[in-house]
Amino acid sequence: MRHLMSPLDFSVEELEELFILANDIEADMGKYAHACTGKKLATCFYEPSTRTRLSFESAMLNLGGSVIGFSDANSSSAAKGESVSDTIRVISCFADICAMRHPKEGAPMVAASHSSIPVINAGDGGHQHPTQTLTDLLTIRSLKGHIGDFIIGLCGDLKFGRTVHSLINALMRYPGIRFVFISPPELRVPDYITESLKEKDIEYKEVISLDEVMGELDFLYMTRVQRERFFNEEDYVRLKDFYILNKEKMSLAKKDMLVLHPLPRVNEISVEVDDDPRAAYFKQVQYGVYVRMALILTLLEIKLT
Amino acid sequence: MLNVGKIEEGFVLDHIKAGKSLQIYHHLGLDKLDCTVAIIKNARSNKLGKKDILKVECDIDTLDLSILAFIDHNITVNVIKDGEIVDKKELTLPKEIKNIIYCKNPRCITSIEQELPHIFVLADPDKEIYRCKYCEEKMSPLN
Repeated sequence: MRHLMSPLDFSVEELEELFILANDIEADMGKYAHACTGKKLATCFYEPSTRTRLSFESAMLNLGGSVIGFSDANSSSAAKGESVSDTIRVISCFADICAMRHPKEGAPMVAASHSSIPVINAGDGGHQHPTQTLTDLLTIRSLKGHIGDFIIGLCGDLKFGRTVHSLINALMRYPGIRFVFISPPELRVPDYITESLKEKDIEYKEVISLDEVMGELDFLYMTRVQRERFFNEEDYVRLKDFYILNKEKMSLAKKDMLVLHPLPRVNEISVEVDDDPRAAYFKQVQYGVYVRMALILTLLEIKLT
Repeated sequence: MLNVGKIEEGFVLDHIKAGKSLQIYHHLGLDKLDCTVAIIKNARSNKLGKKDILKVECDIDTLDLSILAFIDHNITVNVIKDGEIVDKKELTLPKEIKNIIYCKNPRCITSIEQELPHIFVLADPDKEIYRCKYCEEKMSPLN
């Protein structure tokens, strides 16, 4: 039995298999409509996340399975003081697979070590959000045909943004990728990531101005400055509007550059960009469902005959 | 000058940084063992100026010394048999340590679930960096 805690839990080859399956699902969803009949997904969400939870639920329902769960720690036994390890032992009796989001880092790993069903980390604090990374990788692969040999700019909160950290770590395993980190000095990418890039001899640069590098990029990954990652409200207010992607900035970009965003967006991408064919962030949401369907099938070891 | 007699079988842990011997005493679980232990604090040392020494009389297979490297890899471990030094052990960093250091990340699951063991895994042997098994918070050895 396998769990998914980090995108690095899967080798590049295993990810390739997962993406091939996801693209097959995309091509013929009907073929998989009953693949999980009789199976139940438990969505254990200890903090609110409508988007990720609904994506998981949609994925399981598309596969013909059903869904149980909770979407807030206050409506679960955690409010009574139950430990994560006890909760997962109980959930293991009710469901076949579990997607867990928790504000505390490492909680899904604790769950996985006590679980008799596969556990998927659906986000643990500022630590990991592997299914977002799988979504990002599938989007890149599907829209460009392959993963590798491109320049990706990551913009916004690169310090607390777990989706960014996971994506960088995952992309490091592919050839020919160059990184451009665009952030205010206070939200720079952590040292351990730049050290790791140096060790692997991967080219990167850090800049403050988005305009300056816009024309170089093949992908621009925008992120939101998240209020919940700050202990200090003043810092949040000061930094939240540092970058806003608008038509003017888009006019500096390559014709085939693609804009990605893990969503939800607040105001860091102006709505006027939505109609630009290079805006890929809503397609990304759709790929999120396909990759979660592929993941559920893979972890449940279900193969269509 | 204080004199502590020779031991027949056991370990002499030499060149312990002055003041660290009690910490090592506890981490090795010597408080739970029924054996003779001499704790020598602030002994004169040419190398360190001052040092601590621990002499433990016990079966040489009793003690797991892997934790010593995490605390201070400069410690010299002399293995004693029949009153003579028969081996000097080289210390290597343990791959995993449990409940020796505690994760300080307020966002870590260990901050709210008290019964969880605090486990750190050796992430980078060259830089001697350990990371929390759960949240990957970075910690360096104690020395």
